[in-house]
Amino acid sequence: MTVQSVLSEKDKLDLLRMMVLIRTFEEAILREYHADKSPGFDIGAGLVPGEMHLAAGQEPVAAGIGAHLSRGDAMTATHRPHHLAIAHGVDIRKMAAEIFGRETGLGRGRGGHMHLFDPEAHFSCSGIVAEGLPPALGQAFAFQRAGTDRVAVAVAGEGAANQGAFHEALNLAALWKLPVIFVIEDNDWGISVPRSASTSVPSNAVRAAAYGIPGTRVEDNAVEDVWAAVGEAVRRARAGEGPSLIEVHTLRLWGHFEGDAQGYRGDLEGVPGRDPIPTYHKHLSDAGILDTATFTEMGAAASATVEDAIAFAKSSPLPDPADALKYVFTEGARS
Amino acid sequence: MNTLSSTQTQLPLEPEAGRRRLSTSKAIVEAIAQQMHTDEKVFVMGEDVGAYGGIFSSTTGLLDEFGPERVIDTPISETAFIGLGIGAAVEGMRPVVELMFADFFGVCMDQIYNHMAKIHFESGGNVRVPMVLMTATGGGYSDGAQHSQCLWGTFAHLPGMKVVVPSNPYDAKGLMTAAIRSDDPVVYMFHKGIMGLGWMKKNPRSIGAVPTDAYEVPIGKARVAREGSDVSIVTLSLSVHHSLDVAEKLAGEGIDVEVIDLRTVAPLDREAIIASVSKTGRLIVVDEDYQSFGLSGEVIATAAEALPGGLKHVSRVAVPDVPIPYARDLEYAVLPTPARIEAAVRQAVGQ
Ligand SMILES: Cc1ncc(C[n+]2csc(CCOP(=O)(O)OP(=O)(O)O)c2C)c(N)n1
Ligand SMILES: [Mg+2]
Repeated sequence: MTVQSVLSEKDKLDLLRMMVLIRTFEEAILREYHADKSPGFDIGAGLVPGEMHLAAGQEPVAAGIGAHLSRGDAMTATHRPHHLAIAHGVDIRKMAAEIFGRETGLGRGRGGHMHLFDPEAHFSCSGIVAEGLPPALGQAFAFQRAGTDRVAVAVAGEGAANQGAFHEALNLAALWKLPVIFVIEDNDWGISVPRSASTSVPSNAVRAAAYGIPGTRVEDNAVEDVWAAVGEAVRRARAGEGPSLIEVHTLRLWGHFEGDAQGYRGDLEGVPGRDPIPTYHKHLSDAGILDTATFTEMGAAASATVEDAIAFAKSSPLPDPADALKYVFTEGARS
Repeated sequence: MNTLSSTQTQLPLEPEAGRRRLSTSKAIVEAIAQQMHTDEKVFVMGEDVGAYGGIFSSTTGLLDEFGPERVIDTPISETAFIGLGIGAAVEGMRPVVELMFADFFGVCMDQIYNHMAKIHFESGGNVRVPMVLMTATGGGYSDGAQHSQCLWGTFAHLPGMKVVVPSNPYDAKGLMTAAIRSDDPVVYMFHKGIMGLGWMKKNPRSIGAVPTDAYEVPIGKARVAREGSDVSIVTLSLSVHHSLDVAEKLAGEGIDVEVIDLRTVAPLDREAIIASVSKTGRLIVVDEDYQSFGLSGEVIATAAEALPGGLKHVSRVAVPDVPIPYARDLEYAVLPTPARIEAAVRQAVGQ
């Protein structure tokens, strides 16, 4: 397989297009989530109940990874999974329906927004910090044993890089040369705890050295740099050269979860200016690649896709309480 | 809640005593090897499962037969390799993963109960995790509080995993075969004292007749290990051996003890419990796990819910709620020994 190392103009527009689609989705969930939680804020109320971790600002990570993955590749994500799911090709209608707790959802309303499983896309999440990493090793192991060049991408936050599971997973993946790409989204915060109060090293990329694998840090939430770093890591993995670790310095544009007043956050003033979408928009415009009409068309297409998914979710049936005990076991069926 | 079905539960018969006798550990190995021959997706992984053959001989010889690609020693990273098993199972492989001692679940329980056990449910049935987590349990050889626990009640309490606990070679092979073929995650808990190991005190019942061909013992079905009419002992694992020994001894005095070997903890065969207690009216639960908040209480609740007013006696012989002590006499003071079981039976029948 020839490896592409330079982005074409179309590739760059596709990266932006994906970022716009993700943002449009997150904005729509934000709107729906808050639409019916008043008066006051009742987390369990409304059409979309429960904790809601949105990934606005982290689109470059997802877009930069998704561009390198094919249908058979796997991804494990975190409690903040929507951007990654969209970029990995998870069915956006079924994902919206799951977030709305509907029978048509990815998990028939049994999982929820932190527990999205799409076997066709080999996509899964975990709400337990860092514990989504070990299963990615097993997917990579299965791909390796089957003699394929398929890979697994395991994503975690910078807070997760201080968990034991992270270190066990890196050691084992390196030891067995598993085709895994570990990506850390460093958004500076683990809920209210700044990175400086959680992490002993300035860059998690240096931790790769402890396991004898390459480590790279991408600064400034730069989508093209994410694309390049992931491209090299995917090439290595497909070639049987083993895992890589990439940390991206990204941005949590909104609160940890919805309803988070972020009183702890001293950097809020500068946040809007670091929004990666206007930044990349300007970059492509200045380079003469993007015109206003194209950007408008991107937004319109994204809205159409997202509103269709939201409408599908809202019009889908709710699960029947009589079925609350279903799906604990496979009930005898054998494949 | 299960209701008593109108027809009596069909329980598998006691195996024909064949000429070939195996230890429980060899029966387990044979089941795994047969499934590895039949299904190339089956592989074995864990600490010291290769050249050593499993600390309690649950994988002896598999490395020689199948090689290091399918019998894989892991680093001491239970979270990583159990998680790896989960991901491999999600992609259609059938891992048999050994957690060396059940006591070690503390370092990896998240993968077990939040991932292995829940993915099928959270995915609305769209993702299956056909994995076996096999682990050693139990005490009686002075291994202290961190290497002697049974803990099946802890696993069985958490929905989404089946928990099987064989007591003898025949069931050990049949349950392992069923566990590997199952599309659900199965926790396979073998007591070290039933394995028939050369280096640990053993009951003769840990070696027994085992058919050569592959067969399944159904998950979720108890077995009447001994029929009797005066009192029902509901038990499992090594305690089955002790209970049968006590029953044989007391038969000479005219006390007729029925022994139910649960074989599976989750899902619990409530019908078998109810059927036996309906007959005898007296229930003793013998359980080497901790007494409170666990299996023994669940068995008694099952009988009480189904037979209100129908119980002439209820008691339990379990580990009182203390960590397992090291010193031999202290340990045997808390284990469900034959002496404690015998005393419970005598009390139940009013002697
Ligand atoms: C094992 C575990 N501990 C704590 C939590 C609660 N929790 C959820 S998200 C989070 C912060 C995670 O920070 P990070 O990994 O940086 O991801 P981010 O939220 O920034 O995307 C915490 C502490 C959890 N879900 N799992
Ligand atoms: Mg973070």
